[in-house]
Amino acid sequence: MPSDTVIPAVAAAPAPPAPPGPIRAFWRAFRENRGAVLGLVIVSIIFFVAIFANWLAPYNPLEQFRGSETLPPFWAEGSDPKFILGTDAVGRDMLSRLMYGARVSLFIGLSVMVVSMVVGVALGLVSAFFGGLLDVMIIRVMDLIMAIPSLVLAILIIAIIGPNLTNTIVAVTIVGLPRYVRLVRASALSELTKDYVTAAKVSGVGKFRLMTVTVLPNCLAPLIVQAALGMSDAILEAAGLGFLGLGAQPPTPEWGSMLADTRDLMLSHPWVMAFPGIAILITVLAINLLGDGLRDALDPRLRRS
Amino acid sequence: MFRFLLKRLALTIPTFIALMFITFVMIRLVPGDPIEVRRGERGISPERLAQLRHEMGLDQPIWKQFLDYANALLHGDFGTSIVSKSPVLHEFLTLFPATVELTATAMLFAVVLGVPAGVIAASRRGGIYDQTLMGLALTGYSMPIFWWGLILVLVMSNTLGLTPVSGRVDLVNYYYDPVTGFMLIDSLLSDQDGAFWDAVRHLILPMIVLGTVPLAVIARMTRSSMLEVLEEDYVRTARAKGLSWTRIVGVHALRNALIPVVTVIGLQVGGLLAGAVLTETIFSWPGVGKWLIESINRRDYPALQGGIMLIATIVILVNLLVDLLYGLINPRIRHAK
Repeated sequence: MPSDTVIPAVAAAPAPPAPPGPIRAFWRAFRENRGAVLGLVIVSIIFFVAIFANWLAPYNPLEQFRGSETLPPFWAEGSDPKFILGTDAVGRDMLSRLMYGARVSLFIGLSVMVVSMVVGVALGLVSAFFGGLLDVMIIRVMDLIMAIPSLVLAILIIAIIGPNLTNTIVAVTIVGLPRYVRLVRASALSELTKDYVTAAKVSGVGKFRLMTVTVLPNCLAPLIVQAALGMSDAILEAAGLGFLGLGAQPPTPEWGSMLADTRDLMLSHPWVMAFPGIAILITVLAINLLGDGLRDALDPRLRRS
Repeated sequence: MFRFLLKRLALTIPTFIALMFITFVMIRLVPGDPIEVRRGERGISPERLAQLRHEMGLDQPIWKQFLDYANALLHGDFGTSIVSKSPVLHEFLTLFPATVELTATAMLFAVVLGVPAGVIAASRRGGIYDQTLMGLALTGYSMPIFWWGLILVLVMSNTLGLTPVSGRVDLVNYYYDPVTGFMLIDSLLSDQDGAFWDAVRHLILPMIVLGTVPLAVIARMTRSSMLEVLEEDYVRTARAKGLSWTRIVGVHALRNALIPVVTVIGLQVGGLLAGAVLTETIFSWPGVGKWLIESINRRDYPALQGGIMLIATIVILVNLLVDLLYGLINPRIRHAK
């Protein structure tokens, strides 16, 4: 940032406040967006619940209480105060399952995000730096992945490697990968034409160092936004797979498969179906709010207007 | 324009070849020998096994098998379903109109509501309308549509009794021949009282469910595109000329703001087909999405292979069409190198 290099000169002047550093500037812009702050708060709470589900959840999510099946939540008639949000078809505590479900969903979302970032950055940088046949091949493969509707491709992958939690992560990662690769490639290509890159090349910086230390940090802003939005997409997609019976397998308390389990009960016990869906919606919505806030705060063009 | 078209067409060829390759490899990676899957529970003699292998071309070298597969695809042979024993292409085409009817109306729903929502939000930037509409759009964008579908069924069908729970038509009261495969049209052609209304009632919930995410995307895109356009000089000129705000927004700005929206609409087609898988499953809508899921559950891999090949082909073609359309409405793209 050019403003950083000016700091010493400005600081020498009597008493103008020092311009904020990049993180402070970002936080200031971020803080103005109430929705984004709300998103951050909710996401933090969900993370907290997911991490400490062992201590917070009243019961083991897999424990079945005989004689307490399909109990309604606390405000409805016939509820049992022992089960605040009621129980499912086989008498498992809904609240506990939701809390452990947060763990599963966030684990999927985070894993997909981390793997996509690492692989996407690697492929995108390689594509941008080496060009030629390698670039063409990588871009072709990404185009191909994008040509098949995401969920359909994920289903295809699951059909080959079998349905379970790990394979859900693999499938959802592959499906979302092109966006990371293209983003990194595009921003790296535009950085490569800039003077500072030429300067670094002239001063003898090696190719690997040029890729990772010189160029990559300047591509980070859009990548961070993509990571947040990619995480919410991953959670939705994984829940969709779970709903179709192709994701995490029972009895894992995964929100999508919890919904699928309760379809028969939908009419007689609507709340059993309502809660997992609300959990998915709130989580995804909060992450999207956060992602929108990040984009507005990190994109200086939007920040000024 | 012609060169642009040729170049764009040439770009899709490697994608097609790669697609053929992947679907070809896929069927060989799937657990279980295709012959084993076919012969089922009963025992089978070694001679019969060899004969079956020969019939399916599995005794040929792998590159020959791929060429045969590619050749068959190019001649419109997408394989034969193991379960129904009928050609995959035939099954696909029988079910496809249902999916087209659903996705097309969902897209219509999304555009008809999404564009005005985006325009209103942009022209009242920061106001209560803007905040409400964009809050709703983000919620729609974050919606797990399979849950949204169940909730709508619960409220609209079971509690209020307004719409049917599943299917495309009430078979007890109405029967008509599938002329076009589109129920909205066939029901009108059938000349039966109330048939059209019945088709509409069946369609409305799936349409809303499938249209929700595109609606949100289009509303958000229209808004940001509109905001950008409203900063342009010609908008200022139009204001200086004393044109009404409605006219500026609705005519001058909207026309230019819609260019990126068209692309987004095109890009939604893949998403719509993916969403159709979930929507059709929830509403027992007899389209290709539900058929794909059933093929997986029945381990009907040839059907899955052919179906994915066909769906991907359609998405590639639609994207091609969108690119061409984009070139037509935006000369800057057309003339770019």
